[in-house]
Amino acid sequence: MLEATDLWKSYGETAAVAGISLRVEPGQIVGLLGPNGAGKTTTVSMITGLTAPDRGSVYVDGMALGETANDAKRRLGLVPQEIALYEDLGAGANLRLMGALYGIEGRLLDERVDAVLALVGLADRAGDKPAKFSGGMKRRLNIACALVHDPDVLLLDEPTVGVDPQSRNAIFENLESLRDRGKALVYTTHYMEEAERLCDHIVIVDHGRVVASDTRENLLKLGTAPAVPKGPSLESVFLQLTGSALRDGR
Amino acid sequence: MKALLALVRTDLRLYFSNRRAIVISLVAPILIAGFFGATLGGNPGKRPARIPIAVVDLDKSEVTKAIVASMRKDDNFDLRDFELAPAVEQVRAGKIRAAVVLPKGFGEEAPRALFRPDAAKPEIEIHVDPSQAVTMALVRGLLAQHVMEEVARPAFGGGAGFSLKMPFETKEREVTSGDRKYNPYAHSFAGMGVQFILFSGIDLGVAVLLMRRMGLWKRLRAAPVSRRLLLGSRVLSGMIVATVMMLGIYAAGIAIFGVRVDGSWPGLLLVIAAFGFLTSSFGLLIASIGRTPEATRGIAILATLLLVMLGGAWVPTFIFPEWLQSATLFVPTRWAVDGLEAMTWRGQGLETALPAVAAMLTFSVAFTGIAVACFRWEE
Repeated sequence: MLEATDLWKSYGETAAVAGISLRVEPGQIVGLLGPNGAGKTTTVSMITGLTAPDRGSVYVDGMALGETANDAKRRLGLVPQEIALYEDLGAGANLRLMGALYGIEGRLLDERVDAVLALVGLADRAGDKPAKFSGGMKRRLNIACALVHDPDVLLLDEPTVGVDPQSRNAIFENLESLRDRGKALVYTTHYMEEAERLCDHIVIVDHGRVVASDTRENLLKLGTAPAVPKGPSLESVFLQLTGSALRDGR
Repeated sequence: MKALLALVRTDLRLYFSNRRAIVISLVAPILIAGFFGATLGGNPGKRPARIPIAVVDLDKSEVTKAIVASMRKDDNFDLRDFELAPAVEQVRAGKIRAAVVLPKGFGEEAPRALFRPDAAKPEIEIHVDPSQAVTMALVRGLLAQHVMEEVARPAFGGGAGFSLKMPFETKEREVTSGDRKYNPYAHSFAGMGVQFILFSGIDLGVAVLLMRRMGLWKRLRAAPVSRRLLLGSRVLSGMIVATVMMLGIYAAGIAIFGVRVDGSWPGLLLVIAAFGFLTSSFGLLIASIGRTPEATRGIAILATLLLVMLGGAWVPTFIFPEWLQSATLFVPTRWAVDGLEAMTWRGQGLETALPAVAAMLTFSVAFTGIAVACFRWEE
């Protein structure tokens, strides 16, 4: 469904991404894990067409992704790290605008807005402005905005930052439901327990490169090495692969 | 096209749903334009304020007493009685504009000096408020008239009925449109309208920077819409907002302050629409050059104030030095102010509006071009 091959991106002398490849199939959640500055967000930006790669290609269901309007972009949904909502526009109006940008209108738009609001548990808050929402509600609406055009591939850039456990659980259930409906999801996160719960396949990146890419089960097997003191966990494997030194971003 | 309409509709909805901001955006220019209009001689036909001055008569002669009496009768003066020291203090405190001191011996020396070039001229000392240079010219002129009349009277042996008057009268005819009197609100509404609408252009630019910070710009860019459409929607919505707000300001000027469109209505609408385009392209330019909303707002306000000042929005450009008058032809706001004035109190036709419209469109296209070229698409 989504295939990113050998993506490269440099800013001046610094290589933010150096040859990352990624493949996501329908009904699969791929976790993109890495410390701060590893190149996760740049990778997501290239996959969604926000940033032009210096090298490499992105295909969505066989269609090449460009920066301007095209069919490939219509099949992608992006949930940015930020809560990217019009705070003074009602939840429904936010969704309507996003739908309109993807060419959806009329009754279909109404149905899609109602469906995604119901999915994220905000059906009774369609007329309310996000400015009045809690952090968790905003995060859920943030996801809904990326779903209103019913994309085949959903890219989520740390979508649970700052939400309470209840909202986080609700978001997980939404994502699992989307996977069950055959959507392909790319999920970037810092939280290992999220990746352990959600992801079928995990790609660990560091310094712009893929340091491991495998199923959750196979990655956990790497953690049995003697260097890992607390036994196998995704976090211990992650630290083993990326090191324990602090990463304060670049 | 549907995506463009959706974006423009959203921008307009967000702008016009903030009623408090709308009221403030409308009320501020109307109030300030009203203030400036009144200060610059609003209420045509109403007598201008009298100039408060003091005359200190150290001579107490018949001549100086007559001068003081003559000045007291003059409607242009509000004559106050003070001794020398308090009079100077009143000037220093800004309570009166000037203190005129008629020296001892003036009554004898002045008539003599009138006919004998070799005779020493008495000196009238005028203590002035240096911030009132324009008023001083008026005081000097009127003082000369009163002194000449009263000094000449004994010199020519005239009695109470003798009067030396200016040998001519002047009649001022205001050259506006037709016989209507000049309404200074027409200038102040043009100036303040331009200023405050340009401020809304700053808001437009800063809003783009805020959208970038909030991730909204990222979300819009991820949608299958072109860059041209994204920027075009901002320009279009900004232009509509600026045009509607300017129309609102002029509606208040017409309804409350008697501003009249003595020229061409279509010309006025064209000038306002072109200025709306200028405002939104200016906003886009700000968004493309700015880095953070906070830093950009300060610089943009400074740039706007300079544009407004040089455009003649505060004071008419004819009082500028000649070189500056020529230089301001390259300031887009000059064309806006001139165009608005031409269509209102100057009573000019559509053909006069067209150069102003063309100039503003040229600036707008240039601003938009620079903005598109400099716009940072990547975070």
